[in-house]
Amino acid sequence: MSQVPQITRIQELIYELPIERVMTTPVITVSPDTTMSELKEILRVNRISGVPVLEQGRLVGIVSIEDLIKALESGDIHAPVRERMSAPVITVRASESVVEAVKKFAQYKVGRLPVVDDDGNLVGTLTGGDITRGLLEAIGLDYHAEEISRYRARHIFEDIVSDQTGLILRYRIKARDFTGGGSASSKIKRALDRLGAPPQVQRRVAIAAYEAEMNLIIHTDRGGELIAEIQPEVIRIVATDNGPGIPDIEQAMQPGFSTAPNWIRELGFGAGMGLSNIKKCSDAMKLESQVGVGTRLEIVVRVQPVISGSVQQSEGGREQGREQEKP
Amino acid sequence: MITLGQIAQELNLEVATGAENLERRVVAGYASDLLSCAMNRAKKGYVWVTLQSHSNVVAVASLLDLAAVIITEGNRPDEETVARAQSEGVCLLLTPKTTFTVVGELAALGVRGEPEQG
Repeated sequence: MSQVPQITRIQELIYELPIERVMTTPVITVSPDTTMSELKEILRVNRISGVPVLEQGRLVGIVSIEDLIKALESGDIHAPVRERMSAPVITVRASESVVEAVKKFAQYKVGRLPVVDDDGNLVGTLTGGDITRGLLEAIGLDYHAEEISRYRARHIFEDIVSDQTGLILRYRIKARDFTGGGSASSKIKRALDRLGAPPQVQRRVAIAAYEAEMNLIIHTDRGGELIAEIQPEVIRIVATDNGPGIPDIEQAMQPGFSTAPNWIRELGFGAGMGLSNIKKCSDAMKLESQVGVGTRLEIVVRVQPVISGSVQQSEGGREQGREQEKP
Repeated sequence: MITLGQIAQELNLEVATGAENLERRVVAGYASDLLSCAMNRAKKGYVWVTLQSHSNVVAVASLLDLAAVIITEGNRPDEETVARAQSEGVCLLLTPKTTFTVVGELAALGVRGEPEQG
């Protein structure tokens, strides 16, 4: 399964990467008057298998180890390169993407392509090996960049120094919007995941936020606001609305007590479990309401330090954990 | 542990979304038509059996990271729900059977109400 996205990424890269990023520079060149035996030394010393041929700065041909072997076989080792080189030369442009080079390698069955700039000047050479190396490097960079961004997200609270650091996510929740229901809590959960919160904390916050969000959708006149305040040691969810308000909070807290109309119950909502679910998932919960004015629900979930083998613990999470008081 | 693909095949379920998840292992099962109850009791990797087919089912499944939702009694999610399930990677399986029948068949395949120990 994990193979699939990687192949896609390489396919993307050969379209994205310009040839100039993977080509070899500087270019070793020979003149048409260089002899094949001199060429042999140039190839041997530089450990390369071919070179472009330049005449007064102009690319006139390309000569490879294969041409050299043929020259050796026919006893032409002292012949000038001009007589044994391939011309005209197939080139690629530095600004083109790697895929153009891949096509030309396949089409012309050559092992090496001179790279020219937009004015036709030779600026580099390209082999299949250069492309492989360039792709590997680019994938490595991608991987590295992803690692860095992940690291940054996970350490955001350690890197930002203040007396109290917090991230506030604020969502407007519309009344009776069952279709969009749960999307704010999904986003809160995703943020927690990104920040590296332990899975248990993510689950508790997701459930509490979902129930609070659904309460705003099901029970309010004009919707309300859902706010998640994420701090290193504690996550606070606050749901507020402007009515209708809860007449009897104690009764509302009873599992199974529901005021939802039938049509809402038929959708599977209004089980009367919302507030008790929230209570179960939270370390502290405060519900204030006034009929005709509105309701404010505050939910606190503490981020307990992970017991063993965790990154957080080895990197200073313990200090924060020790300061925590049990509710 | 049994996979979603095996369950879909054995129970003859229609794969509405999440065909790419069929290799996923099913940890346990839960059945209810009340979303808050599912929210409370179903957990990551569970399969949830319900006759509800609206888009909040997807929200619950996504929040809990459920393996799949089996929607019973021939209820079909609307286009919007299917689109949301697709974008959140939630697997929806459909059947004309009742919840009772589906749960019975799941149990016969070894799916329990709680994850197996060990």
